[in-house]
Amino acid sequence: MSAREEVLGRIRTALGPERVVPAEVARDYRLTDGRPAGDPELLALLVDRVEDYRATVLRCSPADIGATVRAALDQGLGAGWTAADVVVAPGLEADWRPAGCDVDDDRPPVQLADRAASVTAVAVAIAETGTLVLDGSPACGRRALSLLPDCLVCVVTADQVVGSVPEGLARLDPLRPLTMVSGPSATSDIELQRVEGVHGPRTLMVVLAG
Amino acid sequence: MTATVPPKAPTFLGLPTAPRGVGHLRGEQSFPDAARGALRDGQLRANLGHATSTIRGKRARVVAELPDWEQLREAGRALKAATMARLDDHLEELERQVTARGGVVHWARDANEANEIVTRLVLATGATEVVKVKSMATQEIALNEALEAAGLDVFETDLAELIVQLGEDKPSHILVPAIHKNRAEIREIFARTIPGVDPALTDDPRQLAMAARAHLRERFLRARVAISGANFGVAETGTLTVVESEGNGRMCLTLPETLITVMGIEKVVPTWRDLEVFLQLLPRSSTGERMNPYTSAWAGVTPGDGPQEFHLVLLDNGRTAVLADEVGREALHCIRCSACLNVCPVYERTGGHSYGSVYPGPIGAILSPQLTGVEDNASLPYASSLCGACFEVCPVAIDIPSILVHLRAEHVEAQQKPTAEAIAFRGLATAMSHPRLWHLAQRASRLGRLIARGRATLPNVLPPPLSGWTRSRDLPTPPTSTFVEQWTREHGGTQ
Repeated sequence: MSAREEVLGRIRTALGPERVVPAEVARDYRLTDGRPAGDPELLALLVDRVEDYRATVLRCSPADIGATVRAALDQGLGAGWTAADVVVAPGLEADWRPAGCDVDDDRPPVQLADRAASVTAVAVAIAETGTLVLDGSPACGRRALSLLPDCLVCVVTADQVVGSVPEGLARLDPLRPLTMVSGPSATSDIELQRVEGVHGPRTLMVVLAG
Repeated sequence: MTATVPPKAPTFLGLPTAPRGVGHLRGEQSFPDAARGALRDGQLRANLGHATSTIRGKRARVVAELPDWEQLREAGRALKAATMARLDDHLEELERQVTARGGVVHWARDANEANEIVTRLVLATGATEVVKVKSMATQEIALNEALEAAGLDVFETDLAELIVQLGEDKPSHILVPAIHKNRAEIREIFARTIPGVDPALTDDPRQLAMAARAHLRERFLRARVAISGANFGVAETGTLTVVESEGNGRMCLTLPETLITVMGIEKVVPTWRDLEVFLQLLPRSSTGERMNPYTSAWAGVTPGDGPQEFHLVLLDNGRTAVLADEVGREALHCIRCSACLNVCPVYERTGGHSYGSVYPGPIGAILSPQLTGVEDNASLPYASSLCGACFEVCPVAIDIPSILVHLRAEHVEAQQKPTAEAIAFRGLATAMSHPRLWHLAQRASRLGRLIARGRATLPNVLPPPLSGWTRSRDLPTPPTSTFVEQWTREHGGTQ
């Protein structure tokens, strides 16, 4: 008998011939936050929660995203950065890109480690937990792009900001490679004291438009 | 472990438990023997006390923020119970979905089979080293030892796992395997074992984290094969998830050409939507954060993004034997948050090593004996004061105290020779069901006053086996008269 058949057979033995399948699970927890996506209160909550992780949020109007991305890079990299330090997701809006910056292509992913910063969009942002989700779409880029450069700049538009985890997950396609980002990389492994910055980007800059 | 042990442990309902001679589910000593040494280690108790009180405070704050925490807990419990009731169907669906998206699914009856599968897969790539994401399942089956025996270099990449690996130590906590080490001890391990480390390295946690980053960076960039566990596997879509903090998980899940994920069969969840519950329960219970820094989710292989070869190894290793126990199967609901360790007064004093298994603390005390068969971890169901704090914090409401009591009963029933305790209680039962015998016994106990010589407690002079009781407890001196005698004296009546 194959291992597959044997393990499945063991499960059937364990559950017995008259297994009791419970009724539908009651989902009486909060399914929505109650506030619509992009509500000004949700944007304020997102800022509060993201800053609590010691990430930096820069707010701007939708027309000023490009300038604000540059301001975020000034803060994240120091004022002396050049276009060669920055790599952006291939589908990032042209207006948001720093002039002359590198655009990610199908190079071996480890080559992205040479860049100091990357700029991506997000698929959804969850205010209550301060979570940004990247979904591998052209605007978010492949996973290595938001991982290897030490400074990550994410652009979030107001309509992408939902209140709760259930609302956030409902907007995502689980067949895509997803990365949920809540602050810069961190560890609590030494005396359970949180330290920001381990293997992932040590600096997270969020540009919130709207 | 010696060569004389039988290859397979005894079974529950004919279902094999985790085999002996492989893996890290059985200690070399019983819990009380192992704990005795730990209790004498003042540094260990200080480290644990500091760390667990910190995390308890953080958890309590973020749990209190959610008005629907109890509803989420109940949904988590119910989702797990519903999943277990159709575990076979969900695993078959997960296999179909992962396969449809370019992954390869393997089934492993036990630790030996899982280790063989993973070793074979790694060797087939031609790689000589692997990077690993922290995973309880691979700890449980001692995968690192198996890979090293095949000549492969294995690099743990989680900071705490790295500390344990470099210090040639054992993990002592589900979430923070090096919780028993303080910053000064970690600094010493790094200074001694990391080649080329800055000799001026201090014990500042930030500096220590940076030393780990520098040490592992190049290994991530050159790694061709990674091995991970999984927090959840979504049956309906074939989506696997890893919940982490440092980004070492992302490195392993993203950069190598080949990814091998070892997942216990109980980690399957039916639908993507179910994660809306677990992704709220887990981080708040685990690190006391609203959300952990990184959660990765992937379904099979994505062209141009991440590993182009993906293997999922589904592991039994005694889980089906646990499933066969209608009371004990709730232990399979565990999402490995470690909140029960952090609140447990026993864990806080004895530390994780005393439990002898990679699963320490209250959840370990019910999971390890069931995975191995209770006779191989017979002392663990007793490693609890049954205070119930673990049940209260468990994000999926596992009734740990009830399962502990259930396993104690199972252990007592399994005894071939009656224990002194069993004989004593049998005698007590006889005495209590015969009034004359009972009153005689009560009067006889008054003899104890002779050795007490007027003190409130008896001196430690009782012969074995009674000395076992008084070794760590005071036995009060028997009173001059029993309650019934006093009642009769003051209210009249017959005895």
